[in-house]
Amino acid sequence: MATKKETTEKATPKKVDAPKQMQTEKIDAKIPEGPLAEKWTNYKAHQKLVNPANKRKLDIIVVGTGLAGASAAASLAEMGFNVLSFCIQDSPRRAHSIAAQGGINAAKNYQNDGDSVYRLFYDTIKGGDYRAREANVYRLAEVSNNIIDQCVAQGVPFAREYGGLLDNRSFGGAQVSRTFYAKGQTGQQLLLGAYSALSRQIGKGKVKMYSRYEMLDIVVIEGRARGIIARNLVTGRIERFFAHAVVIGTGGYGNTFFLSTNAMASNGSAAMQAYRKGAYFSNPCYAQIHPTCIPVHGAFQSKLTLMSESLRNDGRIWVPKKLEDAKALQAGKLKGRDIPEEDRDYYLERRYPAFGNLVPRDVASRAAKERCDAGFGVNATGLAVFLDFSDAIKRLGKDVVAQKYGNLFQMYEKIVDENPYEDPMMIFPAIHYTMGGIWVDYELMTSVKGLFCIGEANFSDHGANRLGASALMQGLADGYFVLPYTIQNYLADQITVPRMSTDLPEFEEAEKGVKDKIAKLMSIQGNRSVDSIHRELGLIMWDFVGMGRTKAGLETAIKKIDEIRKEFWSNVFIPGTADDLNVELEKALRLADFIEIGQLMARDALMREESCGGHFREEYQTPEGEALRQDDKFSFASCWKFTGDGKEPVMLKEPLDYEFTERKTRNYKN
Amino acid sequence: MDKTINITLKVWRQAGPKAKGHFETYKLNNISTDSSFLEMLDVLNEQLISEKKEPVVFDHDCREGICGMCSLYINGHPHGPDSAVTTCQLHMRRFHDGETITVEPWRSNAFPVIKDLMVDRRAYDKIMQAGGFVSVNTGGVPDANAIPISKKNADEAMDNASCIGCGACAAACKNGSAMLFVAAKVSQLALLPQGKVEAASRVKAMLGKMDELGFGNCTNTGACAAECPKCVPLSAIARLNREFICAKFKD
Amino acid sequence: MWLFNSSVGRKFVMSITGACLALFLLFHATMNLVAIISEDGYNMICEFLGANWYALVGTLGLAFLAVVHILYAFVLSIINYRARGKERYAVSSRANNVEWSSMNMLVLGFIILAGIVLHLCNFWAKMQLVEILGQEPANGVELIKYTFAQWYFFVPYLLWFVALWYHLTHGIWSAMQTLGWSNNIWLPRIKCISNIIATIIVLMFLVVLVYYFVAGNCCAATCAAI
Repeated sequence: MATKKETTEKATPKKVDAPKQMQTEKIDAKIPEGPLAEKWTNYKAHQKLVNPANKRKLDIIVVGTGLAGASAAASLAEMGFNVLSFCIQDSPRRAHSIAAQGGINAAKNYQNDGDSVYRLFYDTIKGGDYRAREANVYRLAEVSNNIIDQCVAQGVPFAREYGGLLDNRSFGGAQVSRTFYAKGQTGQQLLLGAYSALSRQIGKGKVKMYSRYEMLDIVVIEGRARGIIARNLVTGRIERFFAHAVVIGTGGYGNTFFLSTNAMASNGSAAMQAYRKGAYFSNPCYAQIHPTCIPVHGAFQSKLTLMSESLRNDGRIWVPKKLEDAKALQAGKLKGRDIPEEDRDYYLERRYPAFGNLVPRDVASRAAKERCDAGFGVNATGLAVFLDFSDAIKRLGKDVVAQKYGNLFQMYEKIVDENPYEDPMMIFPAIHYTMGGIWVDYELMTSVKGLFCIGEANFSDHGANRLGASALMQGLADGYFVLPYTIQNYLADQITVPRMSTDLPEFEEAEKGVKDKIAKLMSIQGNRSVDSIHRELGLIMWDFVGMGRTKAGLETAIKKIDEIRKEFWSNVFIPGTADDLNVELEKALRLADFIEIGQLMARDALMREESCGGHFREEYQTPEGEALRQDDKFSFASCWKFTGDGKEPVMLKEPLDYEFTERKTRNYKN
Repeated sequence: MDKTINITLKVWRQAGPKAKGHFETYKLNNISTDSSFLEMLDVLNEQLISEKKEPVVFDHDCREGICGMCSLYINGHPHGPDSAVTTCQLHMRRFHDGETITVEPWRSNAFPVIKDLMVDRRAYDKIMQAGGFVSVNTGGVPDANAIPISKKNADEAMDNASCIGCGACAAACKNGSAMLFVAAKVSQLALLPQGKVEAASRVKAMLGKMDELGFGNCTNTGACAAECPKCVPLSAIARLNREFICAKFKD
Repeated sequence: MWLFNSSVGRKFVMSITGACLALFLLFHATMNLVAIISEDGYNMICEFLGANWYALVGTLGLAFLAVVHILYAFVLSIINYRARGKERYAVSSRANNVEWSSMNMLVLGFIILAGIVLHLCNFWAKMQLVEILGQEPANGVELIKYTFAQWYFFVPYLLWFVALWYHLTHGIWSAMQTLGWSNNIWLPRIKCISNIIATIIVLMFLVVLVYYFVAGNCCAATCAAI
């Protein structure tokens, strides 16, 4: 085999007694030389490519069929690679990218409001609180325009103006209108575009689709990812798959919190397997709390529903000025519309005059928490603020508002049973997106050779906070325009590697590991359902690793998660058998990983003694309650390395050098 | 706010694709009317698990009405008695105290039952693979604003594109026809200049696949559009017919 | 052949044959009306449509359309029954906006078919058929007068027309929809048009039927009274 000369990186961890932060290996992000604006062009001009005849000989596994996974699988197949695509749902079109409502950013400057690639780059870097890699973010901004072109060519019905050209709306964290949208269903339309491209390749036989399959392990042979072990969710069979490279595009781990805006089956397990096989897990503590979700209403609640951030374009956020009014609202004696204009506190407009209701998500979320903590919450639980459209309805008329937000209003009314045209909506923050994820270099390759990670599953482009309408942009950028190039730089060396047998001992061993784990879970036969333990984990996460974090709280969280782990592995009950469709087993396997992720998040948050973006440590804030970064100490991406079950992971650092932008304190006031 | 109801559930249980199914009756007490239908089923499953029984299997994912994963034929209606919502958006306030609710899986020849209430809807994917796309590769496409598209057409394309592929149309149809699903995609792409180019071959390929997979013939009962959670209009089917007949006459 | 192999093709055939049959009905109903206005005129039409080559061609064409329409109805129903799957819903209820007739076109079709058989025995067998066989056809108006005055003919004819009305209200707009002549704006309109045409046709038939039933029975009663 051609890979013998490679130094093998052992998948089994070494014993680590060294201090946690000792830099044992150098982290190379492989950022190309040259000026910021030329890096990507230079990279593409000099990278290695695979010729068409050789592409046919190479297999690529893509796990996940969201925006990143589907677009990557389709693009790679179009180029001529053989692609094996996996998703846990019945169809690739179900991936949770579909639920994104608001829009997708691009630096087209169609509105002639001064937008440019640089400005999109700058807004993203600044929005991410200077914790993202400059080169990656610039590349993202560069390819953003191609994405819009591509989607329109696929037949994505973006909103248009009467002249027939594309319409834009503005979004949080930007002073230009650069967001393209398709009603309140942009994610759906973009995903269906990628899904159609993927379907075309499945029809042609270039992609082999495995739906209702869950990846449970990655097979590493001589230091390179060479396949996966997956469970057929319908039959319960464990199967082996070989490929020359493996791509993980399985989304974020927000469901660690149990209640989040993620789909029920969204999970962090694929990322966790990558981590266990030696890929660094980076910045796990950066989790985004979305400010405009429908508040929690009962103990039976299974998920939180997000209302598009675009609502903040025309809606105004407020709580009562007087505490007695808030009390009356909480008791249900008053309704929002009963409170006169002069007694309303439009706190975002008050605190941030320049951006008002359009401040970035983390700022808006914390401000809501601050008001509710002070007792001004407006629903029975005291955990809600108003989002009011009465001004917009007065200014634009009900029809225009209905045209813009009708489907969102309808959704709200169905859930809450109140008419938002008459009573102001109630909203509260909820976990929504995780900026952290598997560490990747400029080529989107993890620290395991041949293992790539794209979309929300990786850590790269959003830094400590993601701006609205940027997730769709990143997912599609990775899948359509970045990975299909960069993966060739890796695969160019692999053309002489023949397809390997899945009978190799590495496959056997990985399969055995998976089977043992399942057997262990099935044998516990305890007394707790998976969900009841998951809910408990979620509460700990929300209380201690949520919007406001403290040293003491995080230490408590780590301890409590230890207890949860013990409870889970000794008292969980899974009905049924392992060799059949077994939803509880699926959930248990995912929860086992959520417990590890939760603890890793707490560890990372504890280590990061600063406040930045989605990570807010209460010890580090300005007198006005704004986030206080510690650039001298924490200007790096943390990279956690797995060292074995029950052992503390080791943290490495990828320093973040800002060559082209000046780091400022984020200021949305003026 | 805290209104609760007691209900009786008649749920279809079927161990596997070839097993014989039957209805099982469960009683549930103190279900909050603010909970969604699927949250009610979660409560049922927690109850079953606490009794060491196997929970009811049903498809669900996003729980906000967009992924199209949830199904369920509730009291004689796909996605339940409410209009323009999916099962996950159906709330228990739609039911009254003491009501008996019958829950069945989608029933259609092309959607075989996998287990309990879960069915296999890959037939829809196969129809999409036959032609539900614009044949463009990544890269090398013109600027997004190169071809203006009238707002009217763009909006109508969007209305058709809002299909979530849940299968309610075929489940509601007494003929087991997937016409509304096919029509939604054909219409969306036929309305846009980008999709117009291969409209004729697309409609033939998608319809051919639909027929091949054992879906029925449309008899314009309109049940599909009436039950569609995304309100895809019946006129889409007329456009599909038009496109198909024209394509055939051109051959 | 797409007219048989594809679902839309099959529906296309149903639509075209159905639409032609509806046109024939419109003509037939108009012709019937003449009987009320002028008995001689009606007999003249009967004579005109006797055993002439054009009338025969028309009849054959009509029979062909009807046979195709019926055969396709069976084929479609069988395919659709299979497509529904083996298990049936335990509870099913009709959604709003779904017409009863649209769910029961086959049943309505059966009633109509039975009506046609009766009608052919009553009239066609005694008029065109006998003429083809070279005998003297019955007098059209007299035949009508006799037949429609009998309650055991009147009632089946009444049922037949009701079924026909239901069948047509769905059939006409459904044909237009199948042929693609519909969109968001026109869909309610063609449904309305469909109802109007169906009502006109059935009303014309009904007027003649009721006229002769009333005339036959009431006049007889009046005569007897005098």
